[in-house]
Amino acid sequence: MKKDSHDSKSGKPVKSRKTLRQILCDEKVAGYVFILPFIIGFVAFMALPMLLSFGFSFTRYNILDSPVFIGLENYKTMFFEDSKFWRVFGVTMYYVFASVPLRLLAALLVALLLVRKSKLSGFYRSVYYLPSIIGSSVAVAILWKRMFASDGVINSLLGLLGIPCGIAWLGRSDTAIWMLILLAVWQFGSSMLIFLSGLKQIPVNLYEAATIDGAGWGMKFFKITFPMLTPSIFFNTVNQLITGFMVFTQSYIITQGGPRDSTRFYAVYMYQNSFTYNKLGYGCAMAWFMILVVGLLTLILFKTQNKWVYYESEG
Amino acid sequence: MRYGSKRKRQIASVVYHAAAIAGAVIMVYPVVWMIASSFKDSDLIIRTATQLIADVPTLENYVVGWKGFAGYDFGMFFKNSFVIAGISTVGAVISSAIVAFGFARCEFRFKGFWFACMLVAMMLPFQIIMIPQYIMFNRLGWVGSYLPIIVPQFFGQGFFIFLNVQFIRGLPRDLDEAAKMDGCSVYGIFVRIVLPLIKPSLVTSAIFSFMWKWDDFLSPLLYLNDPKTYPVSYALKMFSDPTVGSDWGAMFAMASLSLIPIFLIFLTMQKYLVEGIASTGIKG
Repeated sequence: MKKDSHDSKSGKPVKSRKTLRQILCDEKVAGYVFILPFIIGFVAFMALPMLLSFGFSFTRYNILDSPVFIGLENYKTMFFEDSKFWRVFGVTMYYVFASVPLRLLAALLVALLLVRKSKLSGFYRSVYYLPSIIGSSVAVAILWKRMFASDGVINSLLGLLGIPCGIAWLGRSDTAIWMLILLAVWQFGSSMLIFLSGLKQIPVNLYEAATIDGAGWGMKFFKITFPMLTPSIFFNTVNQLITGFMVFTQSYIITQGGPRDSTRFYAVYMYQNSFTYNKLGYGCAMAWFMILVVGLLTLILFKTQNKWVYYESEG
Repeated sequence: MRYGSKRKRQIASVVYHAAAIAGAVIMVYPVVWMIASSFKDSDLIIRTATQLIADVPTLENYVVGWKGFAGYDFGMFFKNSFVIAGISTVGAVISSAIVAFGFARCEFRFKGFWFACMLVAMMLPFQIIMIPQYIMFNRLGWVGSYLPIIVPQFFGQGFFIFLNVQFIRGLPRDLDEAAKMDGCSVYGIFVRIVLPLIKPSLVTSAIFSFMWKWDDFLSPLLYLNDPKTYPVSYALKMFSDPTVGSDWGAMFAMASLSLIPIFLIFLTMQKYLVEGIASTGIKG
């Protein structure tokens, strides 16, 4: 500050201090002052790591020694030599394309039922939403592991209903993944809330007009309700696809990727390569392949949205 | 309504509520079963699985479980979780509000570009950048401490920035203009006018931040290596490993305890949770 006042040509320290203040108060500068934390964080914890990761994907790196450049070796191994890689990729795709549509469907159906006003709707909404906020915890993962064991409560309940069952749901390579899908679908609550708020925004007069025109229940759903909900369905799909591809905790704790790799998800395999087998370069290559796949899927969804997503025009 | 349809409506209503309640029971049964089982004698959990209430309820599991492992009890792990989630939340809420104000109320060059970056940051899953981040933090000597988990929270979190931007955009600009007339600077407007008005979205951010950090398992798994520093989520996983033993009673007791903060938030702050999800329409 002091230096400023001496340097100023006018020789009026007060004025020069005011200028600095004026500069800071100029909206164009102030905007940057406000978003500065984000810019620093974005560059340091996101952009820079992404670039580093891209560089490391062309190296052999075990964190102790310095990285060795090996060109496209990691990608070659990934696509052509590591038989586990495609298995893991396939399992992850299976999980995502089963759990995301099922969860959205459950959310939509329940939202359609709960939009009906009654004294208990607040209570129902809370109860159906509850699994969403605890579902990703370690506590629930441990619970799931116990529930679906061969002597777990699910089999006991089935026995009570007269269906004696000794299946180790998590121990068979054909059923284990469905237990994880079930865990994902069980958490439909937050999507349900989004659909509920979407449903409440649909103007009642649309339905009234349709009734006058003699439209039935199905007609109203497919011509009014569904189109009006497509924006929220779209954003939910994109978001859940992205997080679905990266599911980690459930597989890591409940099944440890087994039995016979049937639940070894992409993020788990990436983690193991990087931190168990110390192949960080390979892990980075895997991460970049996933960025590509998810990016491409998102792009396709965005490109095709004008075919099915209905945005209400203003006025 | 036409004559005679009243009875029909009553029947429909009964069917509706019966179905809704049946669904609700199925939804919460797993958690209720876990909590109920935590009060059972450990070997009865499997043998009397279908019976919810124990004949002789016991607190034994809580006593045994609380002792923890590796010489540290769960009191330690809970304290660690509160420290991590608490500091992270303070950092995330304050920084996100500041950044959001910049996006919502100021015009500056390349704003669109930075806003797009923010959306990318919001959508990008942590798993994608965990490896290079680990390499960076390892080089900085931060591995083994809470720094890699907490520090990034102080630079604004995409979801909370977005939430606050939406909220600030909904505020009338009259107050801003009036304050500007009175000679209040942009910074003054933020601190004196906007900040007090966005309390709801600050609370919503705080709740989500706390819950996510409380449940977070991956970052402790990556960065922590001393049992003394474990949060509850990671401690539970270590506690449930077969090498430590498979005392389901003790495990269920500690798992149930770990859910208490989340339940409390759920019961007292539900309005904010619902609003946060509904207004951004993308996460939960």
